[in-house]
Amino acid sequence: MEYSEKVLDHFANPRNIGEISDADGVGTVGNPACGDMTTVYIRVKDGRITDIKFKTFGCAAAIATASMTTELALGKTLEGALALSRNDVADALDGLPPVKMHCSNLAADALHAAVEECMAK
Amino acid sequence: MKRIYLDHAATTAVDREVVQTMLPYFTETYGNASSLHSFGRDARNALNASRQTVADALGAQANEIIFTSGGTESDNLALKGVGKGHIITSSIEHPAILSTCRYLEDHGREVTYVPVDSDGMVDPVDVESAITDDTTLISVMHANNEIGTIQPVSEIGSIAKDHGILFHTDAVQSFGKTEINVRKMNIDLLSVSSHKIYGPKGVGALYIRKGVEIEPLMHGGGHEMGMRASTENIPGIVGFAKAASLAVERFEQDTRHLTGLKDMLIAGVMDSIDDVTLNGHPTERLPNNANLRFAFVEGESLLLHLDMKGIAVSTGSACSSASLDPSHVLLALGIAPEDIHGSIRFTLGRGNTESEIRYVLEVLPEIVGKLRAISPLAGG
Ligand SMILES: Cc1ncc(COP(=O)(O)O)c(C=O)c1O
Ligand code: FES
Repeated sequence: MEYSEKVLDHFANPRNIGEISDADGVGTVGNPACGDMTTVYIRVKDGRITDIKFKTFGCAAAIATASMTTELALGKTLEGALALSRNDVADALDGLPPVKMHCSNLAADALHAAVEECMAK
Repeated sequence: MKRIYLDHAATTAVDREVVQTMLPYFTETYGNASSLHSFGRDARNALNASRQTVADALGAQANEIIFTSGGTESDNLALKGVGKGHIITSSIEHPAILSTCRYLEDHGREVTYVPVDSDGMVDPVDVESAITDDTTLISVMHANNEIGTIQPVSEIGSIAKDHGILFHTDAVQSFGKTEINVRKMNIDLLSVSSHKIYGPKGVGALYIRKGVEIEPLMHGGGHEMGMRASTENIPGIVGFAKAASLAVERFEQDTRHLTGLKDMLIAGVMDSIDDVTLNGHPTERLPNNANLRFAFVEGESLLLHLDMKGIAVSTGSACSSASLDPSHVLLALGIAPEDIHGSIRFTLGRGNTESEIRYVLEVLPEIVGKLRAISPLAGG
């Protein structure tokens, strides 16, 4: 099992780490298969994501996908963020090892949960 | 970048003296040990001398040592070789034992897996109460490969003896790091492997006490007293024997060195990082094993960060295994799966130095801090 350069880069230097105290949407998703967890925080203005932060407990793939998800989602409309799939994230990272594809669900699902919370408000 | 190898339970570098000892057996003394001519005789002499050396290191006799292709084969030969009856083993054995037991169960054999306590210790009382009229074999490892806990094998051996049952122990991790005497410890069958003691890979041995009947796995030309057909791997066996004799010779020096580095590592980590727990027994453990659990972080991430700093370790985290199952050993200790995630195994070796451990202690707090800073479990 080998990680791509991009995965290793996002793992070693994750972008958009942290929390947003008065976020417009927060999504937390855990994967019982291996007990990992990601939380995504978004701030939204005029229907667009203007700030995004995440926290992840998990493997290198979980951290890298969360980091990449926040990069891809920043500046997107809520609808655009909802359309972001785990495959988009994996593709942006030049792929993930097959056993690690389930980790990429985590970040996209957490983002979607945050967007849905925001939309419900 | 300087690289620091702290994964000696996985394998070791071959000692240079061992390599030198092996070399002539590839190009000069290359005969087949079964041949009658002088080339064969030379190989046979080397084989016999090697057998004696390994026997001496275990307190056995030369004709009780069968050379194999490694620990896995020795374990298979011991378990499958005792052709019938109920087997008692522990829940924290190496896959070489556990998978073999599962195979035997699939073929109609009954196996009991005795539990361990939270330090990874088997209670001999549990072993004794698992004995049935049909029990033929008890197999409990000497020292565990993940947590280094050393089992009370002498006691288990004497229970087996009292009940007229065979006792096998997988001593792959303990050989060279703890005292072993098969007679004093009431051991009937014992597995060892060369590549864990600075010898070449692909060589090992099974001690079979004289009089114990074992069915061979390999049938063919009758090598190894009919117990393992196939032309003997003389360079490998000579290298293994050299490594074994060095392990005996350097035993006290190695033990002092490894214990010192291990204690320095454990104390240093505990001092500089909060929420760290030692997995395994506090004292009854291998002198080179420090298995530490870092709360709120995941082991594969920790391992990769250490790897980026040139430091090689291993982890029991589910995320790093192909099956995504957490370590069966750490689960058997009763550790919660989310805590198992943050477990890292450091296994030290003869070549490690204090300055290497200092370097680990320098970089580790920052790595753990970085991962905790992004962990939603770390509470802010
Ligand atoms: C306890 C134990 N038993 C058996 C083995 C297998 O030994 P080998 O790699 O020589 O087949 C190992 C090594 O991984 C081990 O640690
Ligand atoms: S977080 Fe467990 S495998 Fe990725």
